[in-house]
Amino acid sequence: MRITPPDISRRFLRVWQRNLTVYQESWKINFIPPLLEPLFYLLAFGVGLSAMVVGIQYQGEAVSYLRYIAPALLAINIMNNAFFENTFASFVRMYYQKTFDAMMATPLSLDEIITGEIIWGATKAVIGTLLMQAVISLFGLITYPAGLLIIPLSFLGGLAFGAIGMYFTGIVKNIEIFNLPVFLFITPMFLFSGTFFPIENLPHWAQQIALVFPLMHLTAMTRALAFGVYDSSLLIGLGYFALFCLIFFPLALYKMRRRLLK
Amino acid sequence: MNSPDAIVEVEHLRKAFGELVAVDDVSFRVRQGECFGILGPNGAGKTSTIRMIYGFSPATSGIMKVFGLDFLDNMRAIKARIGVCQQENNLDPDLTVLQNLEVFARYFNIPRPVALERAAALLKFMALDHRRNARAIDLSGGMMRRMVIARALINQPDLLILDEPTTGLDPQSRHQVWERLEELRSKGLSILLTTHYMDEASRLCDRLIIMDHGRILVQGTPADLVKEHAGHEIIEVVEPEDRLRDYVKLRRLRHEDLGHRLIIYINEGDGLFREISDTYCNEGCIMRRATLEDVFLKLTGRELRE
Repeated sequence: MRITPPDISRRFLRVWQRNLTVYQESWKINFIPPLLEPLFYLLAFGVGLSAMVVGIQYQGEAVSYLRYIAPALLAINIMNNAFFENTFASFVRMYYQKTFDAMMATPLSLDEIITGEIIWGATKAVIGTLLMQAVISLFGLITYPAGLLIIPLSFLGGLAFGAIGMYFTGIVKNIEIFNLPVFLFITPMFLFSGTFFPIENLPHWAQQIALVFPLMHLTAMTRALAFGVYDSSLLIGLGYFALFCLIFFPLALYKMRRRLLK
Repeated sequence: MNSPDAIVEVEHLRKAFGELVAVDDVSFRVRQGECFGILGPNGAGKTSTIRMIYGFSPATSGIMKVFGLDFLDNMRAIKARIGVCQQENNLDPDLTVLQNLEVFARYFNIPRPVALERAAALLKFMALDHRRNARAIDLSGGMMRRMVIARALINQPDLLILDEPTTGLDPQSRHQVWERLEELRSKGLSILLTTHYMDEASRLCDRLIIMDHGRILVQGTPADLVKEHAGHEIIEVVEPEDRLRDYVKLRRLRHEDLGHRLIIYINEGDGLFREISDTYCNEGCIMRRATLEDVFLKLTGRELRE
C-alpha cells in the first residue's frame, strides 16, 4: 500500500469541538467519577490498608502509604480516561453511530478526524486530572507548585494512551475484542507499574518488563512532581512518551485509514 | 472531457475490492441543475459509485471531475461544495436537532450566526421546526431522514448527493421528501441520487443510468428509456394459453414469458389488446402503461438479489 503523508489541518479542532459539545450535554454525570473515585481509593487504602503497610520509602525517605499511592491514582486516571475514550467510545462513534462517516462527507480528512479524537482523549485525561487532583490536594497529598506540572503531563500521557487506544480501534473486529487489550495491557500495568507498591519488590525479570510499561513511566513522573522532586524520571519519561507518541500516533492513523478508506 | 455545464464528469471509473469489481468502466455526466439518478438492484455498484464521488472511497482507476475540478487534487474544495445524505441516518444521537446542524456547520467552518440562521431556515423548510430541541434519537424515521437532508444542505451545496433517500420510509414521508427535493431542484440545485424505487426515479430524475454488476446498462431520460425498452403499453396475461403464446410469436410481439404470466410490450393502440382479450383471455388480462419498472426488470432480470 502507498503510504501518504498525514493530511492534517487545524480543522481537526472541529472534531474535538464536536466531542466537547456532546460531553457538555452530560457534564454533571461526567464529573462524578473523577471526583468520587479518589475518595473511594483514599478511604480504602487510607483507612483500610494503610495501617498494615509500613516502611514504604520514596527517594530514600519513609513516606505515608497514602502519599505514595495518591500520584499513582492520578496516573491510572490519565491512562483510563484516554484509553477508554479512544477505544470503546471512539469505536461506538465509528461503528455504531457512523459519526466518522458523516464527517468524511465534509471537508474534514480522515486524518483530522482521528487526530481530533486522540486530542479529545487527551483532553478528557486533563479534565479528569483537574477534578481528581483537586480532591487529592484537599488531603494535602500533593506538593505545590511542582504538582501543577502534573496537568500538562496528563495531556502528554493522555496523547500516548489515546494513540495506542486508537491503534486498537483500528484493528479490532468488534467491540468485545477490546477486552483483550484491557486484560493483557491495562490490567497488568495497573497492578505492576509501581502504582501500589515499588517495582523494586518485583523479581528482577518482572522489573525489566515493567520498564516498557507507559504507566510505569507516567506513575514515576506524577510521583516525582507530587513530591516536588525534579529527578531523572522526568527526563526519561518525557523521552519515553515522545517516542511512544511518535510511534503510535502515525500507526493509529495508518490503521484507521486501512480500516475506513475502502 | 470538458463540457461547460457538467457538474460531475466521470470517465472509465473503476472500483475493485480485491477480486471483486464493484464498479466497472462507468462513465457519465451530471449537468448543472438536473437531477441525475443511478438505479440498480442491490449490489449493482450504485453506492460504491457515489461514494467515490463524495470522496469517501478512493477510485481504483478512472477520471473524476466535480465542478470542473480534478477530484484528487481538489478534494477538500470539492467536499466543501457538496451536500451528502448517506444511506444510514448518522445523526449525533446525543445532540438535539438544532445542535446537530450547529455541529455539522462547524465542520465547514461556517460562522455560528450564519449557521444558526441557516439552521432555522432549513428546519422550517423540512418541517422540523417544532422538534428543534428534540434529541435526534427521539425522531421518527421520516423526521430523521428529513433531518439528514437538512444537514446536507447546511453548507448551501452546489450539488446534493443522496444515497437511497427514501428507503424504509412510509408513503407519507416519501412524498414529503420528494416534494422537498423537487423544490430544491426547481431552485436550480443539481442532485445526484441512487435508488431502487422506480416511481422515485421517474418522478425526480431528469436523466438516469441503470447499473447492474458494476456496469452501466442504459442511460437516458425516464420517458425515452421506457419508450425504447418497454414500448408504450403493456398487456399482462395471467395463466396464458399456449395458443396465445403461438399468436405472440407469430405476430413477433416483444414479450416475456414468466410461465404463469405473459408480458407483452406493445407500441400500437388498444386494437391489439381487444383482440387478445376477446380471443385469448379467460382469466386476468390487463393493459397498462409501460413504466420504468418494466424497463428495469427487463434489463436486470427477475431473479432475487440478496
